[in-house]
Amino acid sequence: MGTPVTRRSEALAAGVEAEIVLRVEDLRMNYGRKEVLKGIDLTARRGEIITLLGPNGAGKTTTLEVLEGFRRRSSGKVDVLGSDPEHGDEAWRARSGVVLQSWRDHGAWKVRDLLHHFGRFHAPYSTPDRIRPYDTDTLLALVGLTEHAGQRIKHLSGGQRRRLDVAIGVVGRPEILFLDEPTAGFDPKARQAFHDLLFRLVDEEDTTILLTTHDLDEAAKLSDRVLLLAGGRIVTEGSPDELAASVAGDSEVTWTVDGRRHVHGTDAPAWHIAELYAVHGDGITDLKVTRTSLEDVDMTMVRRYESGDAEVAPADLDEENR
Amino acid sequence: MNPTLNAVRAGLSRGRIEYGLSFRNGQELFGYLYMPCLFLGLALIFQTMGLGEGEVQMPGAFVLSGGLAFSLTILGIATVLQTLASEREDGTLLRAKAVPRGLLGYTVAKSTHIAAVAVTMALLTVVPGLLFVDDFGFERWTDVLVLLWVCVLGVLALAPIGAIIGALVGNARTGVSLAMLPTVVVLMFSGLVMPLTLMPDWMLDIGRLLPVYWLGLGLRAALLPDSYAAFELAGSWELPLVAGVLAGWAVVGLLLAQWVLRRMARKQSGSRVQEAREKAMKRAW
Repeated sequence: MGTPVTRRSEALAAGVEAEIVLRVEDLRMNYGRKEVLKGIDLTARRGEIITLLGPNGAGKTTTLEVLEGFRRRSSGKVDVLGSDPEHGDEAWRARSGVVLQSWRDHGAWKVRDLLHHFGRFHAPYSTPDRIRPYDTDTLLALVGLTEHAGQRIKHLSGGQRRRLDVAIGVVGRPEILFLDEPTAGFDPKARQAFHDLLFRLVDEEDTTILLTTHDLDEAAKLSDRVLLLAGGRIVTEGSPDELAASVAGDSEVTWTVDGRRHVHGTDAPAWHIAELYAVHGDGITDLKVTRTSLEDVDMTMVRRYESGDAEVAPADLDEENR
Repeated sequence: MNPTLNAVRAGLSRGRIEYGLSFRNGQELFGYLYMPCLFLGLALIFQTMGLGEGEVQMPGAFVLSGGLAFSLTILGIATVLQTLASEREDGTLLRAKAVPRGLLGYTVAKSTHIAAVAVTMALLTVVPGLLFVDDFGFERWTDVLVLLWVCVLGVLALAPIGAIIGALVGNARTGVSLAMLPTVVVLMFSGLVMPLTLMPDWMLDIGRLLPVYWLGLGLRAALLPDSYAAFELAGSWELPLVAGVLAGWAVVGLLLAQWVLRRMARKQSGSRVQEAREKAMKRAW
C-alpha cells in the first residue's frame, strides 16, 4: 500500500486535507489529427466524489478510460494511487475498481456465483486494514440483491443487473472507483438507492469515486466537486454551489434547436447549458456563451457535428466511442 | 497466498462452472450430441452397405474415428473462435481484465472448458462406437492412453488457431462464417472427408503439414485395429510423428496466440463493448 492512509473523516477533523490519490496534468488525447481531450487537469483526494458532467462527445468516457488504464493517452501526466495507469500492475488493479455495464455477458451464471468468482481474484491482495474481498453475502445485501442470489443473471431486471455491476466493481474494496454513466435508465427509486450505496462506500471504505453523468441533478446531489466538460476541455469546476456562483453574472446563451435560433440571458450559463442538454440532448447545435460582464469574448463551449464546423466537430462526436 | 496460483484456481473453478452451465444451454447441448450421432449413423450405414466394389474400403470404424477428428477440429477452431469473438463483444473479457490477474484466470477457465468438452465429445463418440461399430475399439489398454493424449494434444494444437482468428475478426457472426471455409478446406486436405487413397499427391503433401491430418491419424491409431495401419500412407501409425507435429503446432500456436490475445485484450474498454453492443442491436433489428 505504500503511503500511510489518512481517512477523510480524520483529515477533516484535523483540519487538513486528505491525501491526493489521483492527479492528472494536461491530459491530451488525439485520434489521428483529431483532438478529443485538449488538456485536462484534475486532482482527487481520498474519499471525494467527483463528477464529470457534460454532453455526449465531451470526452468524459475517454478521460475515465485513461484513468482506468484501459486506454492509452496521447500525452500528459496521470497518477492514480501512485502509479501510471498505463503501467499499473496487478496489485494496482486490485486497489482500483471499475463498474462495467453488463449487457448479455454471464447470462447463465447465478448472481452469487459470479460475484463470488470475481471476489476470489482479490483475496491475495488483502491487507489488515482492508480485508479483500468483501464477503459475498454481505455485499449482496448491501446492493439489495440477497433474494436474487440464486437467480440467473439473464433473468434480472435492468436495475438489478446494474446493481450487480456495481457489486462486482466494489467487491475488491477498491480505494478508487470509476463509474461511467452508472444510473442511465434508472427509475428515481433505484437512483436514490444507488446514491446511498455510493455514500456508504465513501463513509465506510473511504473510497474515492469518479463518475460521469449528463444528469445535472445527479451531479449536484452526489458530488463534492463537479467538472463540466465540453469539447475535450474542462470548462469550469467546483462544488455544485461554487459552480453555480462562479459562472454567475450577466451572460447570454445562444443555441439552435431544429434549425431555430434561441437567445437566453442568464446569470448561470453553465447550468442553463446543462439543462438544455438534459432536455434536448444531441439536438442542440451552434451553442455559444457570451459573457457580457467579462471581456467580449465568444466562448464556444461545445462544437457539434451538426454545426457545420466540419474540421473539428466530427471528431468530438465520433471519438468518444472509439 | 500466491496470486498466480490463486488466479489459476479461480480459473479452474470458472471452467468447471461454465462446463456445467453448457449442459443447460440447448444450443450447446445440441452441439455435443449432433456430431457424435451423425457420425455414428454414418458409421452404421457404411458398415452395413460398404462402399461397393474396388479396393477402397471404408468400414464404419474408419468413418467413426474420422468423425471424432472432425468434431474435435470444429471444436478447436470454430467453437474457440466464436467463444472468444462473442465474449470480447459482450464484455466478458473486459470484466476479466478489470480484476487482478483476471486474464490468467480467464485463459485457464477457457482451456479447462475446452479440454472438458473435448473429452465429453470423445466419450459420446467412443462409447456407442464400442457397442455398435465393428472393429472400433481398443486392442490393448495403452490405446486408451493414446486416445487421451491425442485428444488433448490435438485440441491444444487447434485451439490457438481458433483463438488467433477469433482475436482478429471484426465480430462474432462474420467470424464464424469466415472461419468455416478454411476449416472445411483443411478437413478435406486431411483425409477426413475423402479416403487418403483417393486424394491426389499434392493434397496429401499439404495435408501432412497440417495438424488435423495427424489428429486423425492418432485417433485411428487408438481406435482401429492394428491391421488397418496398412491403409495409412506410411503403412504404420507413425505415433512419434503424431506427437511431434501436434506438439509443434501447439507450442508455436500458443506462443503466437498469447501475443495476439494480449494485443486484443489491451484494446478492450467500456466504450468498445458499448460500441459492439450498439452494432449488435442494429443487426438484431
